Amino acid sequence: MRQIDPDVVAAYPITPQTEIVEKFAEYVAEGLVNTEFICVESEHSAISACCGSSAAGARTMTATSSQGLALMHEMLYITAANRLPIVMINVNRALSAPLNIHNDQSDTFGSRDAGWIQLYCESVQEVYDTTIQGIRIAEHPEVQLPVMVCLDGFILSHSMERLELLSDTEVKDFIGEFRPRTNLLDLTKPITLGAAAMPEYYFEHRYAQSYALDRALEKVAAVDQEFGTKFGRGYGIVEAYRIDDAEVAVITLGSLAGTTRFVVDRLREEGIRAGSLKIKLFRPFPVEAVAAALKNVKAAAVLEKAISPGAPGPALFSDVLGALYHQGVKASLISYVAGLGGRDVPPKSITRIYNHLQQIAETGRIDRILNYLDLRGWQ
Amino acid sequence: MATLKELSTREAKITGGTRTCAGCAAPIIVRQVLLAAPHCPVIVNATGCLYITTAIIPYSSWRIPYYHSAFENAAAVASGVEGAIRALKRKGRLADQEISLIAVGGDGGTYDIGLQAISGMLERGHRCLYICYDNGAYMNTGIQRSGSTPFGAWTTTSHVGEAQKGKQQHQKDMIRIAAAHGAYAANASPHRWRDLMRKVEKALNHQGPSFINIQSPCPRGWRYPASETIEIARLATEACVFPLYEVEEQGEKWTVNYIPKNKLPVTEYLKPQGRFEHFFRPGNEHLIEELQAETDRRWNRLLKLAGKS
Repeated sequence: MRQIDPDVVAAYPITPQTEIVEKFAEYVAEGLVNTEFICVESEHSAISACCGSSAAGARTMTATSSQGLALMHEMLYITAANRLPIVMINVNRALSAPLNIHNDQSDTFGSRDAGWIQLYCESVQEVYDTTIQGIRIAEHPEVQLPVMVCLDGFILSHSMERLELLSDTEVKDFIGEFRPRTNLLDLTKPITLGAAAMPEYYFEHRYAQSYALDRALEKVAAVDQEFGTKFGRGYGIVEAYRIDDAEVAVITLGSLAGTTRFVVDRLREEGIRAGSLKIKLFRPFPVEAVAAALKNVKAAAVLEKAISPGAPGPALFSDVLGALYHQGVKASLISYVAGLGGRDVPPKSITRIYNHLQQIAETGRIDRILNYLDLRGWQ
Repeated sequence: MATLKELSTREAKITGGTRTCAGCAAPIIVRQVLLAAPHCPVIVNATGCLYITTAIIPYSSWRIPYYHSAFENAAAVASGVEGAIRALKRKGRLADQEISLIAVGGDGGTYDIGLQAISGMLERGHRCLYICYDNGAYMNTGIQRSGSTPFGAWTTTSHVGEAQKGKQQHQKDMIRIAAAHGAYAANASPHRWRDLMRKVEKALNHQGPSFINIQSPCPRGWRYPASETIEIARLATEACVFPLYEVEEQGEKWTVNYIPKNKLPVTEYLKPQGRFEHFFRPGNEHLIEELQAETDRRWNRLLKLAGKS
């Protein structure tokens, strides 16, 4: 954020996002950024102020987590519908109750229909790179949508990891100048923004927004590709690992992707044809890329740190299932809920998922669709 | 301040043909506010009657920049707009000209759901004028009580029946709340348009946050004929139910802008309004007594604060 030097940042503290805002406040105090930093009185006001500044033609950023994101919920829809290219970093954390400050992804999954682009990061390096990419994606003339950069609380937000920084000039050149399409402060061309729509117009407005989000998929990929060409680090919208000849695969996102890859390597040493698929872009959902990656797999599990009470499975599971069905891929798919509220998801637990998948691949029979990893008392 | 003749030549920045009810005070107030704005006005509007009657796709009544986002956050959105103005001027991407940034909300969006955001805006010292057009209830959703509904008034969520006679509580004192933040704060009325416009001009030239609460009589919700709006507003100031005053110098300087020669009893203000009809039924005399007592208490306190008693 220091290198991006946004025009306006409005934020409210919440664990484990606080480090971001505190560090940024230091940069403000030291004069290392030329940002108008608004310390608002709630997350609802944080995103509201961001909407005001973005509508006024200022490059705008914020950061939040969990309850804070939930408090923003109403405004998330308005941000996207008003086509305001705000970049928000969300440090994934469990939702109350019981109160828990540790990591899971139920918070941002709950915002999946708000119309934001959602990108999930695996490492600190990826968070850094994705945040810079996020500016380009959000402000792309054909996108003009808010972007949420998601990272696992504490696991990534409070970890010590090697990070390769770009130079300030490289970042500045890559993101370029902000050319706002909506400008409330253009006094010569006054606009009315956020008007009401009756039934004869509302539907078309919402469709136009949805259409733009769908079209954003290729722009996300293109920005990542350009970033990769320039700086040698690209991530794709999905990242398949040893999946071409895999019989069993685990699909996941965020920091779990790295652990899963580690497990895949160990299983491969044992001669097990294991693979994995990391989903980086969750909204818009990359239906074709996901189905293509899994087309030869016999059994797969979606491993996610989220819970959707009453649903057939959490959000990612439902989306992957839909993608496979849509594209005619016949892999047997099960769901694994894991790591809620910061519970550790060690390699040995992920190994058990692969064992389960091997059984399914051998018998061709799914014994249980919705599964809970390392849950005490679960039968 | 401009003369009436000069004002008559200024362009109206909100057009006619809004979808407000006949006799609604809100567009009158907005017209007065915008005529008084010393610089280019930019409006941030909370959800409410004013928004829903002036900005419906594919029409807009606004000839100036206008942004609506939600019900409770006009002050927060305006804080962001002000932040953008500062940042963009500093970076040379916005011409160095004065902008009259005005946030507008009804009493629901101000006294109740929007209070937190207003407190934040005032505390942080954004250069923005927050205007409440105060019609004393949630008129847009069908006359439900708000923190600004007067004691005893009928609304669709404070009915008059055997067990309850209208609203049970007195109004929240928004001016004192705003003044406690150190902001310029004032009460104004569309019937005293010159006083209103002077306050708006003063607030918008003030190098900090400001808050003006403007009484906005509502023929639908208050149950009086549409032609009586300005007369009702006049009676409110004559009965000191809605006194005109301002608070400056970090809440230290209180000025009463209008002291009626013959202060009317509250009944003169209540009588023409259907929402107070039950005040005049036998057995309900205590309602009049209590409202009169509270009105007098607040008026006398105001005179004391202003050094007039």
